[in-house]
Amino acid sequence: MPMRVWQRTHLGSESDRATFRTLHTASLASPALREGLTAASAERAVRHLRDLLGTPALAVTDTEGCLAWDGQGDHHEGQVGALVASAVEKGRTQSFGRSDLPCQVPGCPVRTAVVSPLVVEERIVGTLAAFAPYPTAGLALAADETAQWVSGQLELAELDASRTLLMEAEVRALRAQISPHFIYNSLNAIASFVRTDPDRARSLLQEFADFTRYSFRRHGEFTTLAEELRSIERYLLLEQARFGDRLSVRLGIAPEVLPVAVPFLCIQPLVENAVRHGLEGAAGSGTITIQAHDRGQECVIEVEDDGAGEDPDKVRRALAGDVSLDAVGLGNVDARLRATYGDEYGLVVETAPGAGTKVTVRVPKFAPGVSA
Amino acid sequence: MTTDGVPGLVALVVVSLATLAIGTYGLRISRTTSDFYVASRSVRPRLNASAIGGEYLSAASFLGVAALVLTAGAQMLWYPIGWTAGYLVLLVLVAAPLRRSGAYTLPDFAEARLGSRRVRALCSVLVVAIGWLYLLPQFQGAGLTLTAAVDAPEWVGAVVVGAVVVLNVGSGGMRSITFVQAFQYWLKLTALLVPAAVLLVIWAGDGAPHPSGGGPRWSLPLGEGGQGLYTTYSIVLATFLGTMGLPHVVVRFYTNPDGRAARRTTLVVLALLGVFYLLPPVYAALGRAYGADADDTLVLELPRLMLDGLGGDLLTGLVTAGAFAAFLSTSSGLAIAVSGVLAQDVLRGNYSGITAFRIGATVAVCVPLAAAVLAPDLSVARAVGLAFAVAASTFCPLLVLGIWWRGLTPAGALAGLVCGGVGAGSGVGWTLYDGVPQSWVDVLLGQPAAWSVPLAFAAMVVVSLLTRGAVPRHAGRFMVRLHTPEVVPLDRG
Repeated sequence: MPMRVWQRTHLGSESDRATFRTLHTASLASPALREGLTAASAERAVRHLRDLLGTPALAVTDTEGCLAWDGQGDHHEGQVGALVASAVEKGRTQSFGRSDLPCQVPGCPVRTAVVSPLVVEERIVGTLAAFAPYPTAGLALAADETAQWVSGQLELAELDASRTLLMEAEVRALRAQISPHFIYNSLNAIASFVRTDPDRARSLLQEFADFTRYSFRRHGEFTTLAEELRSIERYLLLEQARFGDRLSVRLGIAPEVLPVAVPFLCIQPLVENAVRHGLEGAAGSGTITIQAHDRGQECVIEVEDDGAGEDPDKVRRALAGDVSLDAVGLGNVDARLRATYGDEYGLVVETAPGAGTKVTVRVPKFAPGVSA
Repeated sequence: MTTDGVPGLVALVVVSLATLAIGTYGLRISRTTSDFYVASRSVRPRLNASAIGGEYLSAASFLGVAALVLTAGAQMLWYPIGWTAGYLVLLVLVAAPLRRSGAYTLPDFAEARLGSRRVRALCSVLVVAIGWLYLLPQFQGAGLTLTAAVDAPEWVGAVVVGAVVVLNVGSGGMRSITFVQAFQYWLKLTALLVPAAVLLVIWAGDGAPHPSGGGPRWSLPLGEGGQGLYTTYSIVLATFLGTMGLPHVVVRFYTNPDGRAARRTTLVVLALLGVFYLLPPVYAALGRAYGADADDTLVLELPRLMLDGLGGDLLTGLVTAGAFAAFLSTSSGLAIAVSGVLAQDVLRGNYSGITAFRIGATVAVCVPLAAAVLAPDLSVARAVGLAFAVAASTFCPLLVLGIWWRGLTPAGALAGLVCGGVGAGSGVGWTLYDGVPQSWVDVLLGQPAAWSVPLAFAAMVVVSLLTRGAVPRHAGRFMVRLHTPEVVPLDRG
């Protein structure tokens, strides 16, 4: 049935094709707009926006003046500021006539203007100014609709930016995330030694000071595995002061991987989780095993406990970012590893109720832009 | 098989088992937090230097040098001198900045310095090429050793070493590679030093006979006149500058905690190599004095030639163990370096991490193994010399200019790598095809370093100057990172 095939593949009626063209033009403008409203992004988007409206000239402005102009009559650029100020003040689409755009150039098509504000989160960030030889209701309507679409794109851009900020804030939060319980318990444990074993109390206090200094460190996104392990050693010493023989630790570290650069605080939260889970077991005591292996171009770090284990579904939800669960560190470390090295370097968690938990981190020895 | 083979066979089994055992159990393990510090202490320069020595001293050093000096005379000492002096160049120009760059492999360095995926890809190809060229003589040497020790056909030794390396590397069996390689250095040194001492005592007891049958040729340069001079300079250049471009040497520097430790390590390596290379010429001279056959197995045959009975058997076992350690350590190091590059730059995307590494290890070993079995006639030291020539003509300019000249551009690096690689590579092809040097063309292609190294440097500088606008934006910042000691507080991001 050749007729039917033709029907299915042809491009539709004239109005269908107009719709496709419009959507395509809009899709060309959107990547630039998704970067937010700057002179550079406006410059790249303005051409496609003018195609969309079909006016002789179009300008994208911030709340002060022109960011980018496309089309004829750019000697009017200087007059845009006044129009923008008026539209921003009124807060809605404004039309301007010949008196607002004085011009000596014969045949200049920029005689009237429609200026629509761009609104992001109920705040005017700029305007879209369309110019034509004479005013029409259609142009005013079209400019208004286009401005609303552009506003939508800019809001998405804002969302992207806040997601990045959130990621940075999470790292900062993790740095400051030494739990109040840990501080309280550590100081209590140290206090109990002050009379019986003053030397040990002094050295524990020193460890505590060094531990907090590392964890509150402000500069640098990366550290070496050696530094991270040193901080973990201090953490475990403090925990052991409290738990005594109930907490035992096994280590197997290949010295070749100690200089590897890793994201700051990417192992320590895993050890804290392991200590907590390891001691939740029925016997009330547990063993933590920390291993680091050399695997050619990669370094593999494993943190294992023999505690109560966890429901795999819960861990999956924690890794997906469910903050209601008591494993904020896990999801945070996973997200940062993926952001730094790519999706194939996420955390691997092996666990089941009653079978302990093993968390594996893989880190490439070299990645562009990563250095301690 | 006669009982002659027993000491060799025992040595072979003992070395293999010791290697596997140290590899498996050598990991520092602690059971309490008080041992934490010991368990997580970084590798000290002395240990690391022993490991570098163990990985670096290959079949060419253990067997090849003595045989070369025996047949071709004192001029062949340029090889061990160059192989040691290469670390002097490395110490002065490269060691600390390379460590501070954070690069693990040579392609990593190219990417970090120039920010170009294309330069990285070309570097990966060169690493594989140099690695294979260097692995080839290791397998050949293994064949020769096993033939001499237990009278097996030549391909058996190559296949045995190849299989052990694939198993070890592929299974991740070399878990504490640093300890294994450090052990191999001291084993190799002992295996040459003890027999040499015993044999020198015997020689003195025999009335210290003078080396015979040398004649004037023994003390003449490599060939006569201009050709000899050219060959000498070419060997000097290739060995002095090639060391820094060997893939398995560079990755070991990553183990140092900082640039200062990298320098100290290199200094110790210089001392260790200097001591080791004193010994092969002793074997060569004794071989002359006692009229040994002139071939690559001189070191293995000399003890029995000079000493009968149990003593000869024991010493033969010891040198065989040393030789076997030489093949194992160097080929393991090379196989790890080559399979790492294959896994990361070729196989990644199609296979997961461990699978890719295993496939990489198999390919890395099988290609040169096949070549060694099919072309058994290439001289061991000669093939190693060519690997050095290629490394000196490609990675040496890249490292030296990359570290010391801000103006290097990706296009310049590409041009230099291609010029040096094609230049030295054509020499390799020519030598593999037709080994006997006669005319000037043969000499120029047989030892290409004297012209291919300057050519590569010139190409890099000229093309970089022509594409001046393409200097990577982060070049200045990266240079600061390379050259600032770690004690200086500085934002290195």
